[in-house]
Amino acid sequence: MIKKPFFGLRKPKLKYPVEDTIKLDSINEIPLPLRVTLLSDNNERSDDVDLKVGDKVKTGQLLGLSEKDGDYLISTVTGTISEISQYTGYFGKTCASISINAETEDQWDEEFIKAVKAPASKNCVKFLRRLPGAPSLSSVLSNESSVKTIIINGIDKDLLTVTNQLIVKTGVESLTEGVRYLKQITNTDRIIIIVPPDLTYQAEKTGAEVRVVKPLYPNTLPHIQMKNIMGITVPPGKSFEEMGVCFISAEAVTALARVFNSQEFPIYKRLTVINKDSRTFNVRARIGTPVKDILNTLDIETIHGDRLIMGGPMTGNAIYSDEMPVLPDTDAIMVQDKDQIIQSSDTHCINCGECIRVCPAKIPVNMLIRLLENDMFEEAAEEYDLLSCVECGLCSYVCMARIPILHYIMLGKHELSQLKMLEESSE
Amino acid sequence: MNNQKLFISSHAPYWHNMSSISAKSCHIMLAALPAVIMGIYQYGIPALGVVTFSVSCAMFWELIMNLVTKRPVSIGDGNAAVIGLLFAMLLPATTPWWIVLIGTFLAIIIGKEIYGGIGCNPLNPTLVALAMIMLSWKSYIDFDGALVNYDLAFLMKYPLEALKHFGTSAISEHTAVGLLMGRQSGGIGATFGLGLIIGGLYLILRGYIRWEISLSFLVGVFVTAFLFNISDPVTYAGPVFHLLTGYTLIGAFFLATEDSSSPVNFIPMLLYGAGAGCFTILIRNIGAFADGTVFAILLFNVANPLLDKIKPKAMGKGLEHA
Repeated sequence: MIKKPFFGLRKPKLKYPVEDTIKLDSINEIPLPLRVTLLSDNNERSDDVDLKVGDKVKTGQLLGLSEKDGDYLISTVTGTISEISQYTGYFGKTCASISINAETEDQWDEEFIKAVKAPASKNCVKFLRRLPGAPSLSSVLSNESSVKTIIINGIDKDLLTVTNQLIVKTGVESLTEGVRYLKQITNTDRIIIIVPPDLTYQAEKTGAEVRVVKPLYPNTLPHIQMKNIMGITVPPGKSFEEMGVCFISAEAVTALARVFNSQEFPIYKRLTVINKDSRTFNVRARIGTPVKDILNTLDIETIHGDRLIMGGPMTGNAIYSDEMPVLPDTDAIMVQDKDQIIQSSDTHCINCGECIRVCPAKIPVNMLIRLLENDMFEEAAEEYDLLSCVECGLCSYVCMARIPILHYIMLGKHELSQLKMLEESSE
Repeated sequence: MNNQKLFISSHAPYWHNMSSISAKSCHIMLAALPAVIMGIYQYGIPALGVVTFSVSCAMFWELIMNLVTKRPVSIGDGNAAVIGLLFAMLLPATTPWWIVLIGTFLAIIIGKEIYGGIGCNPLNPTLVALAMIMLSWKSYIDFDGALVNYDLAFLMKYPLEALKHFGTSAISEHTAVGLLMGRQSGGIGATFGLGLIIGGLYLILRGYIRWEISLSFLVGVFVTAFLFNISDPVTYAGPVFHLLTGYTLIGAFFLATEDSSSPVNFIPMLLYGAGAGCFTILIRNIGAFADGTVFAILLFNVANPLLDKIKPKAMGKGLEHA
């Protein structure tokens, strides 16, 4: 944990780990788990899709969930479906969960190989959404796409996480290939790669435009990158795609290269595991591997009352069970000792102004929190810029009264979207 | 045996810079100590009595209020102790016990708790209490009367009172160094200028108070006093005298910077500080009171919500129709 510096005149500096903490030769392979679980984005599983417990699936097989919007999962193992259920996640969002008992021998699915055989064709595009790194390419690949620029993130969003940095460092060849394929399948003008200063040399070889960012949080958040690198400020409520920019992680680009080069669906996800003492492990695991298996392989013990986080210390999501699988967009797993957990409090805001000085979006957080505490969400959005929040979490990080400010903000945004949906449906 | 392992779940971020309200209160009290110790050294046991009684009374009132309103006990955050300490620092050493008792009641209950506790008070609680005591029992806060039995090795006339009634000739004995070293009569913890400056700088460097407020307050005092001084040097004292007497320094570093009643944005902080500083001198020079710090800061506490409307535009705001 990075504590308050002795001299407190300036903003806190949250630096990324220095390079020598990244041990290159030590990528820990996680053995094939007995059972993998795949989660969908939403719970739109229609009955017309023929998927039931006991079905045999092959590696790389498409598991359709809904005919209508083409939602699907891709099996990362060969085995038998053992359970189809529902998982409740963040903000009560439910999604379909499919568990597969894995066999040791991988058999590759024919359909995928066939689709990929015709290179750079759009046949395989439908497979790409479930690539490791979860690229949101569907908007780029559609013909009426307004995306002019693709930004490849060679630096991870959160602190202590080095997944994408490591990929830039060690996988320049496949990254270069990936950039080439990306140019072929999309019709964007610019491809930019964003890297920390020490990876400039590697990034220059990829053939993409190189932009260097200071490895300082929150410089690495998409909204801040848009402002600093593209010079575009995203208005509240607009997506990056609407502003003509699409973000994709370096890992997804290398996965793309793998799809076209070796005609094999990338079933492995690279991630950073952050131990209780902030030491990190680089890990390669199959998508769908339960967190428990990864922690067991690394000999990390968890006890009652610890905290498990999918993602890094500033933006991750806490999970309540170590059965939770690795998802295509899980870049880090963090384990926090129960002694390190800071309890939030329900003290009032004391108006010290620390959050105001640290907020990258210049939101009047001291006023916003007063409205949010009193459920005045619409006023909060209109008068005190609730929707400008870029969700960096720095306000909660510096709050002297230990108010869970970001939690209130996320709740406010959620409630506001519910209100909006209610209004639209009543019209 | 229940072998089910449960994980703590909460919202991001999972790190904290470990700052807390109690740590802040501790540092403010630490920063105030040099001035308090000097006061106790000068005025002896009675001063020690006032300080300790005031701190304990303030905490006692807060505890009572917590119990009455059935809220969690909040004296652990140290805010009540800070208010008690600051209140004692403003009083003469011979203040009777019942003034301290009533004063802390006014500060904690009327100044803070009835608005909802820490962070909700629109005015500085310490100053609310002092202003009420000053208006109700003026003779007990009158330094010349209260300290009449003390004969320390310096001029025992309260400098601002002397200036008000006799002009600059009455204060010619005071030197800047003497004032800085506490060679003047006044509140227990308000006279030792050097100690207050050291404490204030410590708080600023550690990030517990904002330099914008302190500095602009002092600049406001300096500039206004300077303008008065050049217009009529016989009636109005120079800026350095005003900076080092009365409650100016304790006001700049400990009172005007109180979190809840001061602004948080950059320009409002400057306006707030400069305005309070300017009004301090206006009240001293042409108002009815010898020292204007108390009312000047209270006045700008009231203006705080209005000043804080001057805020930077949030990212992406107003771009929807661009």
